[in-house]
Amino acid sequence: MHPITPLHYLLLSAALLLIGTLGVLIRRNIVVVLMSIELILNAVNINLIAFSNSLGNINGQVFAIFVIAVAVAEAAVGLGILLALFRNRATVLADEIDLLKW
Amino acid sequence: MLTDTLLFYTFAVMVLSGGILTITRRNAVHSAISLIVSLLGVAGLYLLQRAEFLFVVQIILYVGGIMLLFLFVIMLVNLDEAARERQFHGQWALALACVAGVALQIGYVVWRGAGSFQIAAATPAAPDPAAATGNTERLADVLFSEYLLPFELASVLLLVAVVGSVVMAKRRL
Repeated sequence: MHPITPLHYLLLSAALLLIGTLGVLIRRNIVVVLMSIELILNAVNINLIAFSNSLGNINGQVFAIFVIAVAVAEAAVGLGILLALFRNRATVLADEIDLLKW
Repeated sequence: MLTDTLLFYTFAVMVLSGGILTITRRNAVHSAISLIVSLLGVAGLYLLQRAEFLFVVQIILYVGGIMLLFLFVIMLVNLDEAARERQFHGQWALALACVAGVALQIGYVVWRGAGSFQIAAATPAAPDPAAATGNTERLADVLFSEYLLPFELASVLLLVAVVGSVVMAKRRL
């Protein structure tokens, strides 16, 4: 078997990013859309760690920590918005929230 | 080396199958559980690349924190009637075409530029100082010296996020 190179990690991360993007674009359920955003952020983290490891530079891991912090903030605020939305409109489907649509 | 390769493919299968199940399951709870599998796979990849601190952070914070939050919200908003409805909206074919386009671009870049990744692969993967001090120690050294200001700003960001989510989720202030 071939040894694992950074290229393997980059391809895996690209695949995960595309899956996450697809989830954001096609799902109607906002909870699943938020989960897809978590997938995208994880794909970025895989990239950062792969380069951090292959270049022997710890800074990539620091950036991954910041990405995780932002992901936590995003999930908390996103789910707060979702709760407020569900209380007012009684729906969690993205295409039924069309107050601004003329 | 063989163990590394096998573990990489195991975790890669976990990550990708978990991701695909996350975006295709009808029931949001099943999606959340698939996402947990995917996040555990990512944590395994961190461990394979000697990022032990991030491995622990990933499990405690993502699987233990964020996914718990997701599951609580799923139970609060009662997704039963949402699960019975159509799951994909009308423009799904267009979205699929866009994602396929991006995939082609990424594939083209990797195909043409595969040689440039050899440089990164050729350098020694683990420098010796890494063996002398632990991963967490080195990470803390950099985080609390070079990245001290971003670290403090991140704490402000988290504070704002906590206050904001309380304000939005509370019925009446």
